[in-house]
Amino acid sequence: MAFWSKPGALWWREITRFRRQRSRLLGALLQPLVFWLLLGAGLKASFRPAGLAPGVSYVRYFYAGVLVLVLLFTAIFSTISVVEDRRQGYLQGVLVAPIGRGLVVLAQAAGATTLAMAEGVIFLLLGPLAGISPGPWQAAWALVVMAVLAFTLSSVGLAIAWRIESTQGFHTVMNLILIPLWLLSGAFFPAAGTPLWLRWAMRLDPLSWGMSALQRLLLAPALATPGWSELLRETVVAALFAALAFAAAVASAHRSPVGAP
Amino acid sequence: MVESDTTTQAATEESTHTRQTPGTEEPALKAQHLCFDYGRRLALIDVGFTVRRSELFAFLGPNGSGKSTLFRLLSTLVPLQVGRVTMLGHNLETEAFALRRKLGVVFQHPSIDNQLTVAENLLYHGRLYGLSANELKSKAAGMLELFELGGRAGELASTLSGGLARRLELAKALLHGPELLLLDEPTTGLDPAARRDFLAHLERLRSTQQVTVVLTTHHTDEAERCDRVAVLDRGRLVAVATPAELKSQVGGEVLVLAASDAALLQHKIKLEFRVPAVAVDGTVRIEHPRAHELVTRLMESLGGQIEGISLGKPTLEDAFVHLTGHRLSVGRGGGEQG
Repeated sequence: MAFWSKPGALWWREITRFRRQRSRLLGALLQPLVFWLLLGAGLKASFRPAGLAPGVSYVRYFYAGVLVLVLLFTAIFSTISVVEDRRQGYLQGVLVAPIGRGLVVLAQAAGATTLAMAEGVIFLLLGPLAGISPGPWQAAWALVVMAVLAFTLSSVGLAIAWRIESTQGFHTVMNLILIPLWLLSGAFFPAAGTPLWLRWAMRLDPLSWGMSALQRLLLAPALATPGWSELLRETVVAALFAALAFAAAVASAHRSPVGAP
Repeated sequence: MVESDTTTQAATEESTHTRQTPGTEEPALKAQHLCFDYGRRLALIDVGFTVRRSELFAFLGPNGSGKSTLFRLLSTLVPLQVGRVTMLGHNLETEAFALRRKLGVVFQHPSIDNQLTVAENLLYHGRLYGLSANELKSKAAGMLELFELGGRAGELASTLSGGLARRLELAKALLHGPELLLLDEPTTGLDPAARRDFLAHLERLRSTQQVTVVLTTHHTDEAERCDRVAVLDRGRLVAVATPAELKSQVGGEVLVLAASDAALLQHKIKLEFRVPAVAVDGTVRIEHPRAHELVTRLMESLGGQIEGISLGKPTLEDAFVHLTGHRLSVGRGGGEQG
């Protein structure tokens, strides 16, 4: 019996459930798409952030931010199902099975990451419509960064989901934590030209490093120097944040109260 | 007084039994001095018992008696606080992982996934327990046949009726071939016919596959069908015995009188008839070897205050009242938290 067989079963369940919920698939993709079109078009004329490279329109700048928003929404939908699993009693069955909680969390995060990536890739394929067409190297690297970000977001979601009793509670915490994380990540506006305190807050945001890397990669043809060394540093820091978020999710699962649902 | 006497008696019987069969077979489950504290209240107070191999064993008690806490402890869902449990030769505290492979667990709340089909639920569960693909295929087919679910294999679990969904829970819990099956109020939400059907499945399992079955219940008719019953009340184990033994502790016949003022009626009966009468939840109960002889006399002298009268051989419900001083069915229907 292969070692991945047990977490594999949990992963397979996440994917199967998702396939049977078409509305989830569409919702996670369409909502950011609408954001992008409306905000991108609306802000294009009136809003020109400092620090934006010349020749990069706001619609293009915002593209990477929306890509991360797609990942964020999918990850959130997946982690909400963990709250439901706990409430409905399904998770009790997993917790008495011969599989450690760390592996359960890994499988959940992997499932959420897979789904987020599927949606992210669909959105990436829409890129050429906005004049985003990265070269093969940039595209491959972008996929890696997207996976790291999706894993981070899933882990943060799981860390919350394992401790929270209701989906309403999850929505509240999500609005207080995950959405600000996204706003501060540089998705909306670049760090350059912002006040010092905000720049520091953005630096400490686990998403900002990956976001910055994505912007470098996806706007690459427009930028003269993609800055390979910065790219590498940003990817490594993003990966460290992912590891940290995952550790937090595992710790949360171990402390989770397993009372009556 | 009665409580402690019965506990001691039960404990003595236990030890006699183990002494009579030295070394022949270790018990399936042995728990000693279990205590569990939720912070605000004690859910279990010094609970100890032994379950023999392939025994059908029930914990009987109302909501809040501690039986769900006991179930959570035994199923490895919550860690042991005080006490010691040996199950199937494993120490619950140190070998929980090895133990889990040998346990089948059925929860009060459904643990099947409604968005998966019946067959997918089984396959998924089997993989979670580390069964190989070939093993899993034949075992899942066997379970579908045993529980007469074969015709529904490809349908979503959400389409199953309550009774069938419970059968799927049982099929899932048995898929990996557990030696001990733990069930928490397994027949909750089932109609009487589906309950009988479910229990018949348990009895068959026990006799054909030598599976030890431990369940919690607040239905006396379920406990009645078990080999032995442990009576739990407010976190304490008040008796462990066969249903027949429990009932024999009640004196002879049981007379239950319904009255608008039970306390007053009890008082009058005690004064006038000099028989032990107890007021329990709006009724007056008389346990007496020749209770039937009292009926006419009671109706003649106190008929105005008696709204209803019933006479019967002791039931497990009577035994529960006898042991604890209150009825089992009071406060039923709320969420089980204990």
